[in-house]
Amino acid sequence: MATASPIPHFQEELEQLKTRLLEMGGLAEDRVRAAIRALVDRDDALIDHVLSGDQPINELHIEVDGRCFKLLALHQPMAIDLRAIMSAIKINTDLERVGDLAVNIAEAARRYLRHQPVKELIDIPRMADIAQAMLRDALDSYVRRDTALAEHVLNEDDVLDTLKTDVFRELVEFMVHAPSTIEPGLDLILVSRHLERIGDHATNIAEDVIFMVSARDVRHHAPHS
Amino acid sequence: MSAQTAEAPSLLRAPVVSRESAQPSPSIPDKIVVRDLNFYYGAKRALESIDISIPANLVTAFIGPSGCGKSTLLRTLNRMNDIIPGTRVDGEVLIDGRDIYAARTDVVALRRRVGMVFQKSNPFPKSIFENVAYGLRLNRIARRKSDLYELVEQSLRQAALWDEVKDRLHDSALALSGGQQQRLCIARALAVKPDVLLMDEPASALDPIATQRIEELAYQLKSSYTIVIVTHNMQQAARVSDRTAFFWLGRLVEFGPTDRLFTNPGQKLTEDYVTGRFG
Repeated sequence: MATASPIPHFQEELEQLKTRLLEMGGLAEDRVRAAIRALVDRDDALIDHVLSGDQPINELHIEVDGRCFKLLALHQPMAIDLRAIMSAIKINTDLERVGDLAVNIAEAARRYLRHQPVKELIDIPRMADIAQAMLRDALDSYVRRDTALAEHVLNEDDVLDTLKTDVFRELVEFMVHAPSTIEPGLDLILVSRHLERIGDHATNIAEDVIFMVSARDVRHHAPHS
Repeated sequence: MSAQTAEAPSLLRAPVVSRESAQPSPSIPDKIVVRDLNFYYGAKRALESIDISIPANLVTAFIGPSGCGKSTLLRTLNRMNDIIPGTRVDGEVLIDGRDIYAARTDVVALRRRVGMVFQKSNPFPKSIFENVAYGLRLNRIARRKSDLYELVEQSLRQAALWDEVKDRLHDSALALSGGQQQRLCIARALAVKPDVLLMDEPASALDPIATQRIEELAYQLKSSYTIVIVTHNMQQAARVSDRTAFFWLGRLVEFGPTDRLFTNPGQKLTEDYVTGRFG
C-alpha cells in the first residue's frame, strides 16, 4: 500500500475509552481530596458534598464497562488492544472503588467531627497526598504507556503502608492513655486504612499498565514473564 | 439454495422472526423497506416472507450460513436477480417509498441509484481512469472533460484510492492489487452518484490489511450512502455494521442493532450461530 491506512474507527473508540477512564480518575482523585480536606478543616458542608456526589463516577463505571463489553464483542481485539481493554475493565473497577472509599472517608469524618480533635492531623494528610499522587501517576502511566512511572507507583505503596502503621501505633497510644479518644481515634485509623486501600487500587492500576504495555504479570510479586 | 423445512431443526418450525427485534430504532428513516418478499429459483423458494426495513445512512449487514438467502435478498434490492433465468419474485421492495418491482421501473436507473460491489473485483480491462469514467460517460453525467476529471478524482478519493493511483491513472486497472481493484470497483460504483451501495462479500478474497481498508471505507461512506453488506464473516459484520440481519434457510431470523445481536441476541438460533455452535 502506498499510503498509510486511515485510523480505524476501532482505534478512535479505544481513545474515547481511555479519555473516559481519565475523566473517572480525575473525579475519583477530586473526591478523595475533598474528603480529606473536609476532615482536616472540619467542614460539614464539604462532607455533605462528598457523601452526595457519587453519581457521576457510578455512571462512568457503567459506561466504561459497556464500552469495553462492546469493543470486545464487536472487534475481537488482539495483542496490545486486547490487553488495553482487559486493563480498562480492571482499572474501571479500581476507580469506582476509590470513589466509594472517598465516601467511606467522608462518613468517618462526619463521626470524627462529633468529638474534640484527638490530635493535629499530620500523617493522614501526608498519606492522602501520597495516595492521590499514586493515583495520578498510575493514570499518567496508563495514558503514556510508561512502565517506569508504573513501577514508581508500586514502590510508593510501601511508603503508604509504613505511614499507616505509624498512624495506627500513634493513635493506639492516645487511646490507651485517654479512653475518650477511642471513638474518634478509631475513625482516624479507619481513614488511614481507607487511604492505604486507595494506594492499593493505584498499585493495581500500575500493575495493569505494566501488563498492558509489556505483557508482564507483576501481581503478587509474580516472576516477570 | 434450499428452503426445505424438512431439513430444518425443530426450532425453525416455531416462528423465529421476532417482530419486535425486526424493528430497529424508529428515529432513523428507512431507506429500503422489504415487505412479504418471496423469491423462487424455479420451484424452490429461496426467500420466505421477508419483512425488513433498512435504515438510511447506516451499514446493515446480512449474515447467515451458505444458502440462507442473504445474497439472494441483496440482489433483489437492485433487481440483479432479473438476469437469472427461471427466477420469480413476489412481494414488495420499496426504496424511498417506491416499489422497484413496479411495471414502470427503469431498471438501468435503479441500478445507478443502487450500486453494487461484488465478491470478486471485476474491473474492466481498461485504464484506471476509464474504469471510473465509464459510467459517467454512459450516463452522460459529465459532459465536459474537466468535469469528468473532477468526478473521477472525487470518486477515487471517496474510495480511498486516489493517493495510490493518481500518478498512474492511465495504467491498466488489471495491474492493481486485489484490494486496490476492489476499491476501484467501489469508486466506479460511487461515480454515478448512487444513494445505496450493496456489497456482496466485498473482502472475502482479500488479505487482512486490504480487508481492513474495505471495512473502514464502508464505515466512512455511510455518512453519504446507505450500505448493505453481505458477509460470511461474522466478525466482519460485527466490526463494520450498525444493524445486522441473521438469515437461516431463507428466513429472516433476527434483525436489530449489531451490538445487541452479538452481545444479547433475542433468538436462540441467532445465539447458536454467533457463538459458532452451528453454521
